[in-house]
Amino acid sequence: MAVAKIIDRIKFSLFSPDMIRKMSSVKVTVPDTYNDDSYPIDGGLMDLRMGVIDPGLKCKVCGGTIRSCPGHIGHIELVRPVIHPEFSKVILFILKSTCPSCKRLLLHEDELAELAQKIDADMEEEMKQKSKKSSSCPHCKTKLSEIKLLRPTTFFKDNNMMLPTEVRDWLAAIPDKDLKILGFDPHYARPEWMVLTALIVPAVSVRPSITLETGDRSEDDLTHKLVDIMRINQRLEANINAGAPQLIIEDLWELVQYHVTTYFNNETSNIPPARHRSGRPLKTLSQRLKGKEGRFRYNLSGKRVNFSARTVISPDPNISISEVGVPFAIAEELTVPIRVTNWNVEDCKKFIMSDNYPKAEYVIRPDGKRIRVTPSARDEILATFGAGYTIERQLMDGDTVLFNRQPSLHRISIMCHSVKVMPGRTFRLNPVVCPPYNADFDGDEMNLHVMQNEEARVEAEMLMKVHHQIISPRHGHAIVKPQEDYVSGAYFFTKKGTVFTKSEACQLLAMAGITRLPKPDEGENYSGKLLLSMLFPKELSIKVKSKMCKTKDPADDPDALIVIKDGIMVSGALESKSYENEILEQIFHNRGPEEARKFIDISTHMLLDVISKQGLSVSLANYSLSQEHHKKLLELQDSMKREIEAAIVQYKNKTLERSPGLSLRESLEEKIMQITSKARDAAGVLVEQSLGFSNTAIIMAKIGARGSLLNAIQMAAMVGQQAVRSKRLKRGYRGRTLPHFKKNDLGAAARGFVFGSFKSGLSPTEFFHHSMGGRESLVNTAIRTARSGYMQRRLINALQDMVVAQDLSVRDSRGVIVQFLYGGDGQDPIKANVKTEAPEEIKREEHEA
Amino acid sequence: MVSKKTQIDVGEAVGIVAAQSIGEPGTQMTMRTFHYAGVAEQVPTGLPRLIELVDARKEPKKPIMDIYLKGEAAESYEKAKEVAKAIECTTLDKVAYVEEDFDEKKILITLEKSEMDAEGVSESDIQKRIKGLSGLHVEIKEGTITAKPSSTSLRNIRRMTNKLRQLHLKGVERISRTIVVKGKDGKYFIRTSGSNLAGVLKNPHVDGSRVYTNDVQEICRVFGVEAARNALVREIKQVLDMQNLNVDIRHCMLLADSMTMDGAIKSIGRHGLSGEKAGVLARAAFEETVKHLINAAVRGEEDRLIGVTENIIVGQTVPVGTGLVKLKMKLD
Repeated sequence: MAVAKIIDRIKFSLFSPDMIRKMSSVKVTVPDTYNDDSYPIDGGLMDLRMGVIDPGLKCKVCGGTIRSCPGHIGHIELVRPVIHPEFSKVILFILKSTCPSCKRLLLHEDELAELAQKIDADMEEEMKQKSKKSSSCPHCKTKLSEIKLLRPTTFFKDNNMMLPTEVRDWLAAIPDKDLKILGFDPHYARPEWMVLTALIVPAVSVRPSITLETGDRSEDDLTHKLVDIMRINQRLEANINAGAPQLIIEDLWELVQYHVTTYFNNETSNIPPARHRSGRPLKTLSQRLKGKEGRFRYNLSGKRVNFSARTVISPDPNISISEVGVPFAIAEELTVPIRVTNWNVEDCKKFIMSDNYPKAEYVIRPDGKRIRVTPSARDEILATFGAGYTIERQLMDGDTVLFNRQPSLHRISIMCHSVKVMPGRTFRLNPVVCPPYNADFDGDEMNLHVMQNEEARVEAEMLMKVHHQIISPRHGHAIVKPQEDYVSGAYFFTKKGTVFTKSEACQLLAMAGITRLPKPDEGENYSGKLLLSMLFPKELSIKVKSKMCKTKDPADDPDALIVIKDGIMVSGALESKSYENEILEQIFHNRGPEEARKFIDISTHMLLDVISKQGLSVSLANYSLSQEHHKKLLELQDSMKREIEAAIVQYKNKTLERSPGLSLRESLEEKIMQITSKARDAAGVLVEQSLGFSNTAIIMAKIGARGSLLNAIQMAAMVGQQAVRSKRLKRGYRGRTLPHFKKNDLGAAARGFVFGSFKSGLSPTEFFHHSMGGRESLVNTAIRTARSGYMQRRLINALQDMVVAQDLSVRDSRGVIVQFLYGGDGQDPIKANVKTEAPEEIKREEHEA
Repeated sequence: MVSKKTQIDVGEAVGIVAAQSIGEPGTQMTMRTFHYAGVAEQVPTGLPRLIELVDARKEPKKPIMDIYLKGEAAESYEKAKEVAKAIECTTLDKVAYVEEDFDEKKILITLEKSEMDAEGVSESDIQKRIKGLSGLHVEIKEGTITAKPSSTSLRNIRRMTNKLRQLHLKGVERISRTIVVKGKDGKYFIRTSGSNLAGVLKNPHVDGSRVYTNDVQEICRVFGVEAARNALVREIKQVLDMQNLNVDIRHCMLLADSMTMDGAIKSIGRHGLSGEKAGVLARAAFEETVKHLINAAVRGEEDRLIGVTENIIVGQTVPVGTGLVKLKMKLD
């Protein structure tokens, strides 16, 4: 389908009463909707000339039905003009800027000429400055009167109320040229049009009534409001015709004004909101547009789509990272349009002929008519079937789809996968693609979209495919990366001393699709490094210190220095950082996305196999300190307690050293916090010593697979100081956190230090204190998500139009230059951060060799 | 010269990428405040600080300066301390007890000799400064000063009292606390609570080329937008780095550049960048929907549909990335 028409621009303007009458298809005169036979009343608010919402009826204007008639506007003639509440501020500005008698702008001719030259002047400011000086009109010398606005719609001239008629006459007399200077476009927005004489009645389709199960009709809020306006309008008319006293007329007039005001905006300040019979405030025009659930953000900026599916996700490490497992039930439901050409007619015919799974659901003829494929329609379809047709067949393996997980915080929250139809009821996802989606499998659901044309498919395939997103534009490092067990697998696979027999090696290599067995390097056996090296491209050369180096000297541990030379792993054990940041990124940049994908797919298969056979688990024993270390821990806690006591004594004697800028009390708190954090560090050393490097929990923490040393400390040794607002606990009772302590006890236990570990258990007071800290972090998380969400919305809104232009400058939609060269160097963050060359050291070594 | 191999793609929606790259880690940031020992407590870091920067607030919640010194002062702690003392602001209520007497319609100022000596202000200085104020009738006695406001309304007395208390006697205004810190290079610098670039730069011992404040607006006033832009980049990057969030500096630069592109710092949000966008629909879809529609109607405004939001609203191709290409295939 070619784009037939493109909207070039949208002009905003005010409706003049004449225009309203011209466009109106009906003058609504009856303040009612349906008659007793539930047929729309002629001249009523549901008049058939304003469109239809009842099935079976036809629009009297265009002859269309519910589906085809877009609706037409009608109008109400207001007997007396009424001020449009949303424009009252603008009206006030105009009244204040013009003369009450000659209606000219309150500026001298020379000032007028000067302002006419200025294009972008802030007129409100200019007028305020210029017209303040004089108390009479510069043109006709009339004394100026004071104009006031009593919100929302009442105007006062020298403290006498102005009727809307008076306002309207004033506005109508202002010459066009003066309005232009004020910044109005008189051709599109004459100010007197802001005082309504004819009111647009929106089409019926804008305010459809709903039929309840009981058969009762329930009218839309707008219809209710329009009924109110018309009733009072008619009463006003009757009273005027009957020659009622001015007072009564003005009262009714004001009532019409109230109804019109709430019709436009039911949240106008200083006015009680109009309510439904049930007491719920009505949702009128302004409310329909405004805010998150308003027309703009809910329906216009965010659109609903077809051809989408949503279900729970579950892991499947056996599919490729660029695949997604789609449950059979979903594949049956979703369809893909396939254009029939001379080259695929036969394939397409098969889909039409099929009664079972991959079958065509619909056929679209060249004339655009859509026919459902049924056994009876089949022959008729096939009679003329050929190139030019389009078939809609069920989703199949290899189809291109988009996969998404909310919140879609960055572009890699939506990526392109290819379909793999599977049994079961969940979407299957390779765990390696979890990080970009920030997904886990504790019940997360994800959405799938099937694209419906070639352009979309090609673009998705070329720009959004998972392997193109391996490197995140945020920091230029891998985001599609192996985690947890994969990392452990990589570590054990490449650790010194990991060897495989010939048969094991064959198994592993076969898994990777490699049929050539290298020469064994460990006697008759094969080292893990050698086997993994089989996957590396030849040019891969790396020399990095592993994460383990932080605590160990590379000289002591042969695994700590990772060296890969010309695609052969020489030394070191892989951990998360070297795997994802060095190897993966280099392959991506040197060999391209497709090769990087293959590397991830194959290497993760091998790693998973290794870790499955190796076995990796933790038990209570992994978090138990040896007796000797437990004793040391108790000593540590004792000495910490003593230290705190000593500080408190110093504080009480006032001998404690004051930190600059802090009160004595604050100095004490600071000191104690220092002592407790020192104690925690010391406990960390103890835990590390006691558990040792062969402890799986410690290994996983060290190589970045899962957990941290802090987790181990809290489980094995002690939970440590609890804090609220980065201070020791003090809230609760007067002078203490719980009644179990003495008032004003400043000691460790009384102020939230938890001596127990998660393994040994917490005492009741410790448990309470721990919960206090836990509460804070929960509250913080909730607040943080809300605040950062709003910040991101603002950021996106402010920056969304910035695009790199042909000359690599960054410009917004108007073409205004923001940066002369993107990022100062014109480099893509994805591509800029790489070392594509071998590290200097290795090069030098090669040179020497 | 731009390396072609790593060059950014033409048409890339770098704005959105930057916004996402800074916004996405927002959820991982802490709300904690940072403690600069001795100077100011609770300096916002993480998300609150980032929001503060992006909002382009008039003044940060906790203005902080790092004042680098030159010459002798950078080498000696004593000398640096002297400079710090000279910079630190002394107000009247630091050296005197100021109280109002509503019955007698006067303000009593009792000087505290010891504090005055410690701060290095003389009595005659104070007298001179108070005499210099308008709207006060001053009587001077040994150790006390009585001031009678010319307007004796209670409100005015209270106002004058507060004014007197904050009366600036010595040092640089708004610098409430100073501390001398030894830098990584072994040289001393002064960290202050409160920021006043123009005032600090007057001190001859201050290395004007390196003075730093976290008040971006002030940098803009004193050094101009270019400097403010650099400060913004630095501050944003620093906030992210402190949280161990790795974000490419280009994203921070784009954000800072768009905030400063027309010569003043504009905030991200309805009062700044988003409020001045070209498209009516884009503004209406962001915030204050009705206001923008009303104003557009009155002015007879036209939306040329050149932005992203506008085109999404009308259901057309967005002018970004592949959507920029106007090429069409000839069908025949």
